[in-house]
Amino acid sequence: MNSSYAVPAVALVVLATVLVGAFGLRISRTTSDFYVASRTVGPRLNAAAISGEYLSAASFLGIAGLVLVQGPDMLWYPVGYTAGYLVLLLFVAAPLRRSGAYTLPDFAEARLASQTVRRMAGVLVVGVGWLYLLPQLQGAGLTLTVLTGTPDWLGGVIVAVVVTVIVAAGGMRSITFVQAFQYWLKFTALLVPAFFLVLAWQGDGAPTHAFDEPASFREQRAVRVHDSLDLRLDKPLTVTVDGTVDGTAHDGAELVLPAGTHHIEGGTRLTFAEGTEVPAAGRGGDDAVSPSRAESREERPLYATYGLILATFFGTMGLPHVVVRFYTSPHGVAARRTTVAVLGLIGAFYLLPPVYGALGRLYAPELTLTGNADAAVLLLPDRMIGGVGGDLLGALVAGGAFAAFLSTASGLTMAVAGVLTQDMLPSRGVRHFRLGTVLAMAVPVTLTFLLGGLPVADAVGLAFAVSASSFCPLLVLGIWWRRLTPPGAAAGMLVGGGSAFLAVAATMTGYPGEGPWHALLAWPALWSVPLGFLTMILVSLATPGRVPPGTAAVLARFHLPEETRTEVSP
Amino acid sequence: MSGFLAGLLVAVLPLLAAGFWLGRRTARPSSLAGLGTPVEHATFETLHTASLATPPLRAGLTEETARKAARKLRSLLGTDALCLTDRERVLVWDGVGSHHREEVMARLAGPLDTGRGEAFPLTCDTPDCTVRWAVVAPLTVDDRVHGTLVACAPRESAVLVRAAGEVARWVSVQLELADLDQSRTRLIEAEIRALRAQISPHFIFNSLAVIASFVRTDPERARELLLEFADFTRYSFRRHGDFTTLADELHAIDHYLALVRARFGDRLSVTLQIAPEVLPVALPFLCLQPLVENAVKHGLEGKADKCHIQLTAQDAGAEALVVIEDDGAGMDPEVLRRILAREPGPSGGIGLSNVDDRLRQVYGDDYGLVIETAVGAGMKVTVRLPKYQPGVHSAGRLGG
Repeated sequence: MNSSYAVPAVALVVLATVLVGAFGLRISRTTSDFYVASRTVGPRLNAAAISGEYLSAASFLGIAGLVLVQGPDMLWYPVGYTAGYLVLLLFVAAPLRRSGAYTLPDFAEARLASQTVRRMAGVLVVGVGWLYLLPQLQGAGLTLTVLTGTPDWLGGVIVAVVVTVIVAAGGMRSITFVQAFQYWLKFTALLVPAFFLVLAWQGDGAPTHAFDEPASFREQRAVRVHDSLDLRLDKPLTVTVDGTVDGTAHDGAELVLPAGTHHIEGGTRLTFAEGTEVPAAGRGGDDAVSPSRAESREERPLYATYGLILATFFGTMGLPHVVVRFYTSPHGVAARRTTVAVLGLIGAFYLLPPVYGALGRLYAPELTLTGNADAAVLLLPDRMIGGVGGDLLGALVAGGAFAAFLSTASGLTMAVAGVLTQDMLPSRGVRHFRLGTVLAMAVPVTLTFLLGGLPVADAVGLAFAVSASSFCPLLVLGIWWRRLTPPGAAAGMLVGGGSAFLAVAATMTGYPGEGPWHALLAWPALWSVPLGFLTMILVSLATPGRVPPGTAAVLARFHLPEETRTEVSP
Repeated sequence: MSGFLAGLLVAVLPLLAAGFWLGRRTARPSSLAGLGTPVEHATFETLHTASLATPPLRAGLTEETARKAARKLRSLLGTDALCLTDRERVLVWDGVGSHHREEVMARLAGPLDTGRGEAFPLTCDTPDCTVRWAVVAPLTVDDRVHGTLVACAPRESAVLVRAAGEVARWVSVQLELADLDQSRTRLIEAEIRALRAQISPHFIFNSLAVIASFVRTDPERARELLLEFADFTRYSFRRHGDFTTLADELHAIDHYLALVRARFGDRLSVTLQIAPEVLPVALPFLCLQPLVENAVKHGLEGKADKCHIQLTAQDAGAEALVVIEDDGAGMDPEVLRRILAREPGPSGGIGLSNVDDRLRQVYGDDYGLVIETAVGAGMKVTVRLPKYQPGVHSAGRLGG
């Protein structure tokens, strides 16, 4: 696609983020403006900031891609990402704020007074943060590849460097405003093009297409296959081939491929005639990651859906970059109001990606073939509108996508670097925070090189599963159950989070192959969340002597509104 | 292949990290076994065991701390059973033969009274019970017997009597240190109270004088100032809680500055730059106001012309950074060092050293005041406040 507008848009977003991050909004006040200068962050501003930090590449690009490839079942992703805040609102938000904890390890220490549990929570925060950073970097690489054709590692490296520099140079000075701005930028970047796309769709006669029939090409379309893949055909397919199919080289010859599986080499160009159904593709060789997860979803849709729901509902509360933002609320009630506002803002945002997914199935069906489904949001404006208008809208979407990578990645890096500095590296200090920042970013960057194409929404789902199996039991039981003990919490986090983490690692390597085991490992939340809770409860009950002294006072502080604790004046 | 490698890396990294951490935690001098003679090795081992038993005891003698320390103490003595008591009851019985609790407790009246050690045989109906003999050594702090250490053995042994006495003396020293810690905490608390009560009589006197000067010429202004004064004194005299929030402290500073500006007029200008993210941070009560008061004093001291004070509060990851800067007379760093070290010399500056002490007491030595100054170059005071610290909770609710 034409990159003459998109590249400046991306550059503008990056530059603006760097400048605002480096210099901050330097608003000075004299004392007469004191009340303006010292106003605490209101629920609505904080909610926009939380949403800005939360809506990542997975939301911006991934959901549309999933809906495009897999159909409306994937709407459970946006539902789950949003409903996670409902669970957070009901069980966690206000008590977490009243605990005075800034990070999850802080909460563990405040509740259980144990350094061991604190360290374990720290290790898990770093693990979840890295898992979550991975898809952000990949999304950035994908965006830049689609826009300019650069190698797919470049975008990730750019985001990593920008974020590391901003965070290491002293964090974002006015981070709340920056993140709130990023939310509105992302929302606009999806809303405005969506508006024009829907208009274009209506101008096209509002064609409809049922999700259960296979997608078909609406016009003659040439598709270039980047990585080798296997085509699975139910019926013969007529296609013009320029490249290698089933080991035989062709040069622009029209072939009729019989039903069965055909191997297409990377670099081959396939030209489909108008009205041809889009064939199903299996990725060959090493990057079997996503399709194998998708297959297990096809085999056991109910199990996979429940696994997804459980992971997203209970995983949100354990995301490191979400938790730290609640500290900004002045008190528990404000934290609750903030969460309600977040529900509204995120709910509004998630109405948009499915529109792109549905339109993508109509207008860019070949994306299911090339495996670049995540690029649907970026390609559609050019494909459907075209001309300068399409380019400008495409540039807007690209800028929004980069805002998504930058805001989420910087929030995550701050959180991970903070935990690394406080709990892992030998001593505290500014220099160590810089070291922590570099470390926090270096590991996921290395992993993106090793892992290759993990679809972004899937990878985020795995981070959610680990968070749901370890932090959800810790937070919910820590806040609502007075008999929780440090050994119980440690064991529960280790068993729940550890098993989910191993399942994730196994899925990433493609270890279990197929069958019921694979489904269990690819969607671990359904068994690992109850396992985490059960371990925590049983071990706590078995160690009744280790309930920390002062638990009653701590829980009272968590649950009593702030007004009731003040003014015992003489 | 790369996918498999990456997965392997993902799986192995946390294992490595966990292993490193465990290794560091459990690192023992026994790994030095090859490095010294058996005697040296035994010495290391003993010293190490003794040092492991120290941290719990530094918190005083309670059931919790006794439980943590007892096992190490028993391995130090090499007995079958070891028991720690306070004056009334058995705190912990580590090892075999815990059915002797009552019997031992009944025999303790003597040692608890005289403060002298004792050894006596135990009567036992259980034939296979291996503890037949008990050695009692008192734990004394400041010549008062706080409890006893009882070591039980199968037979009488002069060595055990000696060793138990030494270990009890060592434990007593730890308890004395715990006592010292407590009195140090009490001293700091008393100082905080003293600072509160101290809230400059000069300031009260000056403020009232300023208000009085406005009563005839500008009664409305006088009334406003009186209200500011009331708000400030209410805040500084409040009794509940040792901690407040940055927002409340800044409001108190605002009231304070309003009164000061009424007195100095145009000579004093103040700029505030506050990141709203750090307003909920909890901090020791009245630990920034003295710094601002100090800046005002230094800024206007010996200067006829204007003085500018800048107050910034920034968000810095897990900490908040507060900087108070004035362009006044400054100070010789050496004089400042002596003030902070509380060496006798120039008077004044009690505010600075007190704030410094309290910050160190609450957050640890890494979080003392950082002051940059020179004669004639103004003064810049930097305070770092962690957003979370165990035990630091603001008592009140944030305004606004």
